Amino acid sequence: MLYKKTLHELIELLDKGEIEAKDIYESVLNRIKEKDNEINAYVSVFDDFEENKESGILKNIPVAIKDNIHIEGKKTTCSSKILSNFTAIFDATVIKKLKKAGATFIGKTNLDEFAMGSSTETSYFGTTKNPWDTTRIPGGSSGGSAAAVASGEAIAALGSDTGGSIRQPASLCGVVGFKPTYGRVSRFGLVAFASSLDQIGPITRDVKDAAILMNIICGHDENDSTSANVDVPDFTEFLDKSVKGMKIGFYDKTLEDCNEDVQKAMDETVKILKNLGCEIESVDLPNAKYAVSDYYIIAPAEASSNLARYDGVKYGFRAEDYEDLKDMYIKTRSEGFGDEVKRRIMLGTYVLSSGYYDAYYLKAQKLRGLIKQDFDKAFEKFDCIISPTTPTEAFRIGEKVNNPLQMYLSDIFTIPANLTAIPAVSIPNGLSKNGLPLGLQIMANAFREDLIFKLASAFEKEFNLWDRLPLN
Amino acid sequence: MIDKEEVKRIAKLSMLELKEEDVDKFCLQFNEILDYMKEMDELDLSKQEAVFHVIELQNVFREDRVKESIENEKALKNAPDPADGAFRVPKVIER
Repeated sequence: MLYKKTLHELIELLDKGEIEAKDIYESVLNRIKEKDNEINAYVSVFDDFEENKESGILKNIPVAIKDNIHIEGKKTTCSSKILSNFTAIFDATVIKKLKKAGATFIGKTNLDEFAMGSSTETSYFGTTKNPWDTTRIPGGSSGGSAAAVASGEAIAALGSDTGGSIRQPASLCGVVGFKPTYGRVSRFGLVAFASSLDQIGPITRDVKDAAILMNIICGHDENDSTSANVDVPDFTEFLDKSVKGMKIGFYDKTLEDCNEDVQKAMDETVKILKNLGCEIESVDLPNAKYAVSDYYIIAPAEASSNLARYDGVKYGFRAEDYEDLKDMYIKTRSEGFGDEVKRRIMLGTYVLSSGYYDAYYLKAQKLRGLIKQDFDKAFEKFDCIISPTTPTEAFRIGEKVNNPLQMYLSDIFTIPANLTAIPAVSIPNGLSKNGLPLGLQIMANAFREDLIFKLASAFEKEFNLWDRLPLN
Repeated sequence: MIDKEEVKRIAKLSMLELKEEDVDKFCLQFNEILDYMKEMDELDLSKQEAVFHVIELQNVFREDRVKESIENEKALKNAPDPADGAFRVPKVIER
């Protein structure tokens, strides 16, 4: 049952020579064969174990990758019809780094089309099911990665996070999801959605595994001029430390939007953190409540520009019947994109169009500055800010898919970290009355992932869902 | 408020064509979303600068030297209609 183990447990077993990496691969592959008909976490599964000759820390352990990150020679579909036949011709920088660290790959995980969604329901390849309750969504957009890690269909995975797409599914599936500071991880080879917000990060079963993967994927890259040229510490050094005296701001205004289960879980969280010696105070971020409006102007604006490249000329799907070049563009895009992607391209086009630019896009960029100022001020006083990751437990499949605004509002607590470029994690924080996982979000100032790891590691010792994960 | 004609105009700008029933649906959804965004009108943003980059970044320069890049054959691998080492598109010039 090697698929049930964490990355660090497997590294230890491999070190002792008790198992071989191929055994892990086969265990995970069998688990996928047993479960994925039901869960649909994967878009593609790699049936052959491809040995990696590099002698890195990962020792050939297989990792799952969200299907919007390129692995050379494998398909990258972004769960869209328009890229359904696309094969990557180069490795993303994070893939290069993982390969250098000795990783192998087990498959590409499902997502909302082009990472636009909070439930995986917009995937061209069907919805991923939440392994805790298969009538519910796993969250999104990295729902495939989170469901795979929670169900044992993967040991660990990479996701991407533009407005919560790592943290929200991690929260709803009872696992750990880490969004690094914008610029910590190279976006080279990540298919662009909203370039000023996108960031790659790990989804794992515990905090230590997140630190191990962060050590590998972070760092400056000349192929991404927004990647930050700052030193990357060994994140595992911040685990298992005392958090006595740490100053925590509780963004408790969020509770007004939460259901009772989430409020109760946060009450427990505060107790645990106080017992650990943290100093907790309420923090107000007066403009953060406008984050959803701000995000759904900025992200679609950037998406409308980024997705202009899908025209049926250079790669991907091309419509069969058309009259001329322009008609080919239009038919290709109209047949190739799903509704949510069309909605966001149009919303973005609208807010950027002449006559509306000042009223929406410019206003949103000003508001982004205000929200950033709120956080800057808060971090003068606090080491970390905590809040629930999501206002509710995982919702039912179909519940919000026809109401985009309701779907967008499920990202209300995760979006501010993207708008302000700061790092944030979601770790398990309790179970709802229905026995579904809830998440605690911990945020820190830009490039202070160390503080998040310190607090998350200490909290995880007091509360975790390791014995409750749907691994059997 | 956005009306159906406006939705069609935005679709055209986005190089998309919508079925009539989709125009109705998108129209309704856009109005719901834009209505929600009216909350921003409470804010006085007149003195606020627009922040396009929340993290301070320096422009990155490099020497303009020819470097190895993706080979032609590889770059065309995913093209729907490659020809003579290039992407072929329907004819655009009238004779």
